[in-house]
Amino acid sequence: MASEVIAQTEEPRVTYLNAGHTVKSWLLTLDHKRIGLLYLFSISVFFAIGGIYASLIRLELITPQGDLMSADTYNRVFTMHGVMMIFFFLIPSIPATLGNFLLPLMLGAKDVAFPRLNLLSWYVFILGGSLMLITIMTGGVDTGWTFYPPYSSIYSNTQVTLAGVSIFITGFSSILTGLNFMVTIHTMRAPGLTWFRLPLFVWAHYATSLIQVLGTPVIAITVLALAFERTLQIGIFDPKLGGDPVLFQHMFWFYSHPAVYIMIIPSMGVVSELIANMTRKKIFGYHFVAFSSLAIAVFGFLVWGHHMFTSSQSMYAGMVFSLITYAVAIPSAIKIFNWTATIFKGSVSYDTPMIYALAFIGLFTVGGMTGLFLAALGLDVHLHDTYFVVAHFHYVMVGGAIIGYLGGLHFWWPKITGRMYPEIWGRISASIIFLGFNLTFFPQFIVGYLGMPRRYHAYVPEFQVWHILSSAGASLLAIGFIMPVVYLTWSLKYGEKVGDNPWMAAGLEWETSSPPPPENFTYQPVINHDAYEFENVKEIKEAAAREAALQTA
Amino acid sequence: MEQQKEAGTIGMWLFLLTEIMFFGGLFLAYSIYRAKYPDGFLQGSHLLSVPLGGLNTVVLIVSSLTMAMGVHYSQLGERKKLLGFLALTLVLGSVFLIVKYFEYKEKFEHHLFPAYWTYHPAADHPPTQYHGHVQVFLWIYFMMTGLHALHMIIGIALLLVIMFMAYRGKFTKEYNSPVEIFGLYWHFVDIVWIFLFPLLYLTGFHVSSGGH
Repeated sequence: MASEVIAQTEEPRVTYLNAGHTVKSWLLTLDHKRIGLLYLFSISVFFAIGGIYASLIRLELITPQGDLMSADTYNRVFTMHGVMMIFFFLIPSIPATLGNFLLPLMLGAKDVAFPRLNLLSWYVFILGGSLMLITIMTGGVDTGWTFYPPYSSIYSNTQVTLAGVSIFITGFSSILTGLNFMVTIHTMRAPGLTWFRLPLFVWAHYATSLIQVLGTPVIAITVLALAFERTLQIGIFDPKLGGDPVLFQHMFWFYSHPAVYIMIIPSMGVVSELIANMTRKKIFGYHFVAFSSLAIAVFGFLVWGHHMFTSSQSMYAGMVFSLITYAVAIPSAIKIFNWTATIFKGSVSYDTPMIYALAFIGLFTVGGMTGLFLAALGLDVHLHDTYFVVAHFHYVMVGGAIIGYLGGLHFWWPKITGRMYPEIWGRISASIIFLGFNLTFFPQFIVGYLGMPRRYHAYVPEFQVWHILSSAGASLLAIGFIMPVVYLTWSLKYGEKVGDNPWMAAGLEWETSSPPPPENFTYQPVINHDAYEFENVKEIKEAAAREAALQTA
Repeated sequence: MEQQKEAGTIGMWLFLLTEIMFFGGLFLAYSIYRAKYPDGFLQGSHLLSVPLGGLNTVVLIVSSLTMAMGVHYSQLGERKKLLGFLALTLVLGSVFLIVKYFEYKEKFEHHLFPAYWTYHPAADHPPTQYHGHVQVFLWIYFMMTGLHALHMIIGIALLLVIMFMAYRGKFTKEYNSPVEIFGLYWHFVDIVWIFLFPLLYLTGFHVSSGGH
């Protein structure tokens, strides 16, 4: 920039980034794009903390003896890894960052429906996160991220109450985000943008918001009850006083199973966008993909019992939950097949976002299929609480949610910053993540099937080879996750400046300038065509016009 | 403007949906434990004062009426009547909480707060004249009514804000959605109480106390 001197007669364009430079202008902003970036920064910090815990776990498990830390410390480490990654990274990841940034842009709106509520949700999130950091500093929690009583309510002498309060508060942030999105999608669509012209990203977020609004209060009341039980011992979950510990599991999983769909559905929405735009084709079976998001959200509320096959629930309940769990495979498979059908005969460009999208399809399929193993009642008795389960949900959460999150981040990076990341490094890191991820978690399927229980810090020597493979993969994965942090930060200053629509993508968010102005659009967009119709993209139209002009000349 | 009003209303309905789920967890616990310990619930219900609960029910239903009138007059833009009805609502809400205070005080004096037995092992655990599972009923009673009372307190705080805005003449025929949205919240809290009253106070009202 400094080397070239351009006689600029006009002011530089006002974008949301240069509309105010003070710290105050960021911390008190009502602009959804800035709030998205605040979230992006904060969840990255939580992700790093969760990642450090993950590497501690993998270091401990290299050897069969518990030689790096005591069993007690190990309990705290895997608990804090789970809590950090689930409540403070995965659940807010895509909705709060990309969702906040893109939803109003995709709808042609100035902002979300309740901008002040949006800012409040970030502050509530930070408050909850700070309490969780205090929890860590005062010794953490050792109950596992599920906080099952009676251990958590009577025996554990760690900071369960504080962690519960922290999750209670963070839940409000999730509720506010979901509520905001739903109202935004209902009331803020641009003229002509009917429900079936919405991008699939928006549909996915609608389904996600539905879960956030309906599910989160249930875990709020659950952890509240747990906190009362722990502080007052009044007999909510204590069998000695007439309570029922399994009731906690029911209430907990009534939220926490839908919660894993909060993590994955936005990711599916991102992948739909990536695949349509990277193959230059209209998504195959738009209505099916849109409604399968809603179907997954609805089914999500009906399958919580599959976490409790071995928890004394009745055989008939188990059968029903098993059946409905199998049914979840249907909408998931609809998505996978529609994506593959979209890729078929498309003009595929293997840029970084597409690598992530393809990785998502593969890893999510493996994760989903192993979910069917676990949904089988008899097999689950053997596999329950083994590393097979750990591998299964990491395939879905990391191989699904985080891969989708990174893919989306790369795809919309030029929209967010106006600059392009270095493509070659993007491809390298995506490949490293893919390889490292598989090396980390595939051995865990095997070792879990052989009978290695989860949450143990020492194991029999026969399992060591699988754990060494897994730990080696974890170091690859760490490299793969650190690389984007480095080159994305680098690209903020040195990245190549690209135009408004470097991918030639279809979608309302690409029609405004990059980075967008504070009000998103300098005009009122009006929609007159469906989503993913590439012949309507401005740049493509211009190119076609030039082509035609050459023909006539 | 129209869009904003619509958004606010949808937002409040969604928020009330989350509140239903929030209380829903406790209603679930209520159903399970009532099926499990019918005797404890029968006797626990007899420990509560039906007259006081009934009075509170009437008070809240009337306060819902006054709130609805307030919303009506805010739409007509009549500031004085709006303020009057809001003040009535405030008074009735406060009466509810005062009655609740006396109810709770009476429970504490009789050592009927579940945690009391935990921290005073010397005390009867639970008092021998009661059925063993009265304790389960009591924590459900305290948690449900306590959560409801908390919602009332928040409601009254919001009501004060709305009244201040009304006093300053903020509301006109065209702009009155805060009153309307707050009205939704107030009715919701009322409805929760209407469910709580029969479930907690009237369980076994027609049955003589027994249960052993």
